[in-house]
Amino acid sequence: MIQIEKLRKVYRARGREVTAVDGVDLTVPEGEIFGVLGRSGAGKSTLLRCVNLLERPDEGRVLIDGRDLLALRGAELRRARQGIGMIHQHFGLLGSRTVAGNVAFPLEVMGVPRAERRHRVAELLELVGLTEHARAHPARISGGQKQRVGIARALAGRPKVLLSDEATSALDPETTASILELLRDLNRRLGLTVLLITHEMDVVKRICDSAAVMRDGRFTESGPVTGLLARPGSELARGLFPLPPVTPRAGSTVVEVTFVGGVTDQPFVSALARKYSLDVNILGGAVETVGGGRVGRLQLELPGDPSANAAQLAFLRDAGLAVEVKTPITDTEASAADADTSAAEGGARGPERGSGADGADGADGADGADGADGAVAAGEEETR
Amino acid sequence: MTWDEVTPLLWPATRETLYMTGVATLFTAVLGLLFGVLLVITERGGLLPAPPANAVLGVVVNIGRSLPFLILMVAIIPFTRIVVGTSIGNAAAIVPLTVGAIPFYARLVEIAIREVDPGVVAAARAMGATRREIVGKVLLREARPGLVSGLTVTVIALIGYTAMAGTVGGGGLGNLAITYGYERFESKVMVATVVLLIVIVLLVQAVGDLVARRLTHK
Ligand SMILES: Nc1ncnc2c1ncn2[C@@H]1O[C@H](COP(=O)(O)OP(=O)(O)OP(=O)(O)O)[C@@H](O)[C@H]1O
Ligand SMILES: [Mg+2]
Repeated sequence: MIQIEKLRKVYRARGREVTAVDGVDLTVPEGEIFGVLGRSGAGKSTLLRCVNLLERPDEGRVLIDGRDLLALRGAELRRARQGIGMIHQHFGLLGSRTVAGNVAFPLEVMGVPRAERRHRVAELLELVGLTEHARAHPARISGGQKQRVGIARALAGRPKVLLSDEATSALDPETTASILELLRDLNRRLGLTVLLITHEMDVVKRICDSAAVMRDGRFTESGPVTGLLARPGSELARGLFPLPPVTPRAGSTVVEVTFVGGVTDQPFVSALARKYSLDVNILGGAVETVGGGRVGRLQLELPGDPSANAAQLAFLRDAGLAVEVKTPITDTEASAADADTSAAEGGARGPERGSGADGADGADGADGADGADGAVAAGEEETR
Repeated sequence: MTWDEVTPLLWPATRETLYMTGVATLFTAVLGLLFGVLLVITERGGLLPAPPANAVLGVVVNIGRSLPFLILMVAIIPFTRIVVGTSIGNAAAIVPLTVGAIPFYARLVEIAIREVDPGVVAAARAMGATRREIVGKVLLREARPGLVSGLTVTVIALIGYTAMAGTVGGGGLGNLAITYGYERFESKVMVATVVLLIVIVLLVQAVGDLVARRLTHK
């Protein structure tokens, strides 16, 4: 289990200060995969490097299986690091050693005797499917194979915790898929707790149980992936299911509906249409398998203003769906287009606006519909 | 002088040159590696940060490298006397040769080590490797091709220095060239020493290149 509390790391170089990690809390329960998603410079690598103290945090705590790493020094810290595997974006392999030699390196560091080392290396290479390349040097194998060596090496000391910094960002999509598959498989078979860093939405979608979005050193959202996706205004949901920008027409209501898990099996669109005798128009949508469950987003257009659709929106919420109402347009064409672009921008910029909409959404029933609507409108005011 | 008279002179002189170069190379390799490693790891943010020591070391190395060898040789005569008891002869020549070559090689070692991917060092740290393991099994090991090429350049420079040392009392081919070729106008001796020096340098370069290539896994 990995616990990070109020972590802060400030880089000071030539009088300039960069707060790379600015108060991050996170917990990865045993056997789970936690993904941190963020743009370049968000502080992801720094966060990860603070977990095994490659960088010493300025504030906060790092606990691995309840043990406070910051209290450790010297040999004790080195021993603790031996129990934490790490995968590196640029592989970090020794060019002067063979594949087998690279995997043996952490075992040498741990003082494993030669015969046992050889046995364990063979076992690890088998695990990652590289037995044939045992005697090749890293320069002679592909990127995907290099990362497999990196993974085998990280697992050499039978760690319970694995840290992965952009393990797949140097790889093509197919290779990425196979590496992610391997990670997921190892996580299940060995009960590994994994903290991984990525800038690819897809990685989170494929293998993470929980995730956080990081920006300027902070988490803007964090939690189980399916929960985040169901949250209106979630950056993660928006990134995973990009829906076309809409221009809601006067006298109509555009809603974005996110559904998770079992809800998918219910024909809620036709149920809605039948119950209220509506012509429901589907503007866009996507359904994906996330963390083994099905998650989707739909953009629906209902006739009538949002205020006239209160009961319909309540019906959708009662069906267990996350509902987000897009701003209705009542003015001229020009201002409609204007409002639309600012809505899209507001959406892209979002955590403040997202959480606003989310808060309003928490309210139940018919009032909730108006509340959510109001919150989005208010959010737009801030955007302008 | 006829060629028959010249050739017997060449072998002992060559042997002396090789002896001086060999012993100086040995000391230079060991101490140059040590100082080169220290130059890298004592810097700010290095494995063993000690910025003041790093600054001092940097200055010492720079001074050592900026002194022309002839001047250095004369300047450290008192030190040479302390070490070998005399300031003339082959053994005495080895002292300034080594002192002159160490800073030269230390810089080349530093450059070779800086070429090592910092990501590999981070990986080793993340595995819980000790500083000693990181220096020995990562930095020096990964830098081997560069260390060998650097040593090749250093050895060739040392051969040049021995020729200079020959002019002020050291033996070897340099001494031969001066005493016969220059002072007695024996152009055959001059030609022979020049050819021999060229052959030795080319051989050293060829061996160095071969070893460096063997150690490179590109
Ligand atoms: N050693 C360092 N010294 C000074 N500043 C640093 C150092 N390492 C990182 N930073 C700064 O800290 C911030 C976060 O960097 P970090 O490498 O953690 O970002 P990241 O999210 O991993 O980005 P990327 O996706 O590009 O790898 C950046 O502004 C970066 O310039
Ligand atoms: Mg990074």
